[in-house]
Amino acid sequence: MPGVSEIFRVFAKIGITSFGGGLVAYLRDALVTDKKWMDEEEFLAALEIGQTLPGLNSVNVAIIAGRKLAGPQGAVAAALGLILPGVLLLLVLGILYDRFRHNPNVAAALAGVAAAAVGLLLQVTLKIGAKQFLNLRDLCFVLGTYYLVAFHHISLPVVLFLIAPIAIILCRPSSAKPNP
Amino acid sequence: MPPELSEAKPMSDLVKLLNVFCLLSLLAVGGGSAVLPQMEHETVTLHHWVTGDQFATIYSLGQMAPGPNMSMVALIGWQAAGAAGLIIALVAFYLPSSFLTYGCSYIWDHFKENPWRASVQQGMAPITIGLMLAGVHAVGKTACINPNHSTHFNTITCITALAVTGILFAKRINPALLMLLGGVAGWFLLRGH
Repeated sequence: MPGVSEIFRVFAKIGITSFGGGLVAYLRDALVTDKKWMDEEEFLAALEIGQTLPGLNSVNVAIIAGRKLAGPQGAVAAALGLILPGVLLLLVLGILYDRFRHNPNVAAALAGVAAAAVGLLLQVTLKIGAKQFLNLRDLCFVLGTYYLVAFHHISLPVVLFLIAPIAIILCRPSSAKPNP
Repeated sequence: MPPELSEAKPMSDLVKLLNVFCLLSLLAVGGGSAVLPQMEHETVTLHHWVTGDQFATIYSLGQMAPGPNMSMVALIGWQAAGAAGLIIALVAFYLPSSFLTYGCSYIWDHFKENPWRASVQQGMAPITIGLMLAGVHAVGKTACINPNHSTHFNTITCITALAVTGILFAKRINPALLMLLGGVAGWFLLRGH
């Protein structure tokens, strides 16, 4: 079993190199292929927990993997390794942004970067939602949620505690449906 | 003005940061992007910690930096209340969901075979997508279609965004690279607008 500093080092390497996102793939490469700290099944189980529970998938997988490798200290080391390098770089970017944002060249470049980020989020949304966009009932929930949140500022708790239960009950397991 | 030069923020801003980001942490289902609309509403409209423009820029910086894409909450906390705000925003956003995951990973096996798990996943999927679309809207309404900017500006930003979407569908390419290209395009085409 690896020590806490080894865990930190491996996750920090991902935290430094994962420009442009896609962290889950980096995690899989490091944990399953490279270090063999988890097998494929364990990784997928961790990912499933990470996706189902609140929080970022990548951070949740790091917590679960770190816990498995070295208990609570391992979980802390994995999460900090993943998060801290990016935060340090963001801090540098934030300081530069504060200093130069009124420079017209910088403002123009940043406007281009921000526009590109919107395009990226749109692509990710369309890609992972492809199945939902093609199913009429799902599409109603997609557009309904979008409309209520974007235009009426319906808060997230309302969405999750009022709208989501309706969607979940419509998808209830067949054993919970009344017999015909 | 950089935050550290502005007058000391009252304690209440730190408490508010803690509340807002703890709540967002526990509501961040389906990855981080689903909380974007709520985060934008809380930090821009309700608490005025950042302007809409700053929110869009901070979001895009977060997408470019390595590591989890929602670490950009650090910069919102920093703008709101300096160094203490940065730390509180980060801790509040990452710690609650991490604790929950840590605890639940012990008892997960009990729920593994529960048929309702598939229902929750299936039912939540379109809600998450709807929330992400609202996130596109929340960032796009200042970054792409901004009534305070000229038609020229909005046309260029919309084309940039749609070009990135199209390129990413057509080709496997690192998104950070595309965002740098977006910056170059902005520098060439948006100066003086």
